[in-house]
Amino acid sequence: MTARERIAGNVANYVDERTGAAAWMKKNLNKVFPDHWSFLLGEIALYSFIILLLSGTFLTFWFDPSQREVIYDGEYQPLAGLEMSAAYASTLDISFEIRGGLLMRQIHHWAALFFMVAIVVHLMRVYFTGAFRKPREFNWIIGVGLLTLGIVEGFLGYSLPDDLLSGTGIRIAEAIIQAIPVVGTYLAFFAFGGAFPGEAFIPRIFIVHVLILPAIFLALITVHLMLVWYQKHTQYPGPGRTEKNVVGYPLMPVYMAKAGGFFFVVFGVTTFIAAVASINPIWLYGPYTPGQISAGSQPDWYMGWLDGLVRMAPPLESYLFGYTISWNILIPGLIIPGLMFTGLALYPFIESWITGDKREHHLLDRPRNAPNRTAIGAMALTFTLVALINGGNDIIAQQFDLSINQIMWFSRIGIIVLPPIAFVITKRICISLQRSDRELVLHGKETGRLVRLPHGEFVEIHEELSPEKKWLLTSHEQNGPLELPEIDKSGVRRPSAIRNKLRSRMSQANAEVAPKVTGKDLNEIEHH
Amino acid sequence: MKRLSRYRRHRAAAPTLLVFALLAIGTTFSVASATPNKSALALARSAVIEEGKQLFLKGCSSCHGLNAEGGAIAPSLIGVGAASVDFQVATGRMPMADMSTQAMRKEPVYTPEQVAALAAYVASLAPGPEIPGDELLNYERDGSLAEGGELFRNNCAMCHNFAGQGGALTQGKYAPTVMGVEPVHIYEAMITGPQSMPVFSDKTITPEEKLSIIKWIKAAEAEPALGGASLGRVGPVTEGLLVWTLGIGMLIGVAVWLAMKAR
Repeated sequence: MTARERIAGNVANYVDERTGAAAWMKKNLNKVFPDHWSFLLGEIALYSFIILLLSGTFLTFWFDPSQREVIYDGEYQPLAGLEMSAAYASTLDISFEIRGGLLMRQIHHWAALFFMVAIVVHLMRVYFTGAFRKPREFNWIIGVGLLTLGIVEGFLGYSLPDDLLSGTGIRIAEAIIQAIPVVGTYLAFFAFGGAFPGEAFIPRIFIVHVLILPAIFLALITVHLMLVWYQKHTQYPGPGRTEKNVVGYPLMPVYMAKAGGFFFVVFGVTTFIAAVASINPIWLYGPYTPGQISAGSQPDWYMGWLDGLVRMAPPLESYLFGYTISWNILIPGLIIPGLMFTGLALYPFIESWITGDKREHHLLDRPRNAPNRTAIGAMALTFTLVALINGGNDIIAQQFDLSINQIMWFSRIGIIVLPPIAFVITKRICISLQRSDRELVLHGKETGRLVRLPHGEFVEIHEELSPEKKWLLTSHEQNGPLELPEIDKSGVRRPSAIRNKLRSRMSQANAEVAPKVTGKDLNEIEHH
Repeated sequence: MKRLSRYRRHRAAAPTLLVFALLAIGTTFSVASATPNKSALALARSAVIEEGKQLFLKGCSSCHGLNAEGGAIAPSLIGVGAASVDFQVATGRMPMADMSTQAMRKEPVYTPEQVAALAAYVASLAPGPEIPGDELLNYERDGSLAEGGELFRNNCAMCHNFAGQGGALTQGKYAPTVMGVEPVHIYEAMITGPQSMPVFSDKTITPEEKLSIIKWIKAAEAEPALGGASLGRVGPVTEGLLVWTLGIGMLIGVAVWLAMKAR
């Protein structure tokens, strides 16, 4: 034993004798994680969050969250001598006068975009592989909460500098608050401390942005990760992988090294992009004044689809009992997003109601083996994508010499027509892929080698799959639809007949698959 | 009279009369000879106008009418002024390549001299806004940068974007970029209001303020990309595009590499 080892041992022993950490560490450092690139997507979100905390803290040292009017006397000449809020002036100072300030601002903003992208991509992975099924429904809901709060947090963040673009965004947010029937006007006055823009809003959203929401994020992320820890990570199906085990590498040292290294890669990539690509150049936007607006004013991408929905809404307004109801803002700005997020959060429960499956699942589905779920996901993504495209309709029209009106009509029709088409096409593709899997298991891989038999016939050599591969392609479950008879055993119509009818219709749609290869099929092949 | 006739036979009378006569003749001559000079200038001017008219008849009259009176597909040019012609023709917008939504900027068809001739011809039809001279256009001296930015955001950014990159209007029309546009053409656009653009008269925006706007535009044009690649200065759309392609692409690439089994 070298001196170094002895010292390390003594220190460890000292700590263990006082905390009893050794047993806990031994157990948890040996915890096994399955290895797949798609399991790292959530980590990107986590690391982006850490980058956001670090860079955001830096920015708070100089940012002045105040709408007090000041005269700019800083470095940037095109704005010299203009009246602006202290928030905007201090953001200009961070950009031009604080050493490394512009880089930090850009790291912070790019990291925010990465954070949201990673959340969405991670959500897609969890959804399409069915990782949200029992026992992980709560974690799914926490994830949806993080997504929603992320959108709010991002919006508040880029609203802080009080530049012309972000002020326009706040104005739209105010309009959406005002569109809430009856109480909207009062809520808007409450939020802004009076008429728009007032002087209260920036200080308020600053506290929400740097204190309240990050605290909620920290709490939710902690619970999110603790649940992953407690419930163990899901894994893709494969030989030796069951619902009762986890196959992978231990946390220490392999995963520790990989995850730790990946943090630095994420930090590096974010910094690289922040160093070479400008983001939110507020000095070009100018200070916010309610009388000004720029062509092509856009929110960040995670708000873009909401903006797109509002942009495509036809001008509907009613006047009821002395109250104006702006349906054109209420429906796309509040009702549709509300329905979408609720549907997203409740999806695990809806699916288990349809399938009647109440069992635990730790093995993931290949997306093709759950055609209905995959198709619903494609449908939701198509809806959001059409809305997002319409959110950038003016930029698209300008860059590609198109008519903004045509893009709007494409979106208005497309948002209704395209999602069902995406559903059907995705479902068909999934079922075809299942058929091709079946073909592969039954007849092996086509090698392209042609052989001429003695009697002149040409045949192609098919190479049989390895047992592992066959296992992978046949191990998934295929449960038939729920049996929900309208008439019970005594010949009486069930009281819940309509609900059951709906449920059984959905269950049938859900169970539509290409039958997988069974042992019987293989035996038949043997006999040929 | 009596007083004057008393000097009738004075010895200085004759030379004085001679001086008067010579003066009268000289003045008359110079006045008379000045007239042919002025008419020579007018002649040259009318020659330019004539050249412009010929160019107009060849290149413009099929749409704008033989006397620039306009027609079913093109407006009358009577009273639009030289500034309008200079803007439309020198930026290549006129003659139009096709009758689409809006005349777009392209390589000019006419030489500067021909443009001047066309402008002179159209200006000769009726008074209208004139082409601002170089002395008027000294924006570096007479303009104010920050004020120009404020004016630009107040009056121009709503169509031309916050950084003058241009923007979309309804039905396929658009506000073009103001980057790389000659100062004289920016000025002319403001006083003539081409296509969908409103006229900004000298009462709305004074000539000095117009120069401030030009000064700000030219500064924005020359401004280096301060935070790295500018991504087109069109706002968050291109930023979102970058993060969804290159950004997450790089990270997923690294994730795939990290999750690969050691061979």
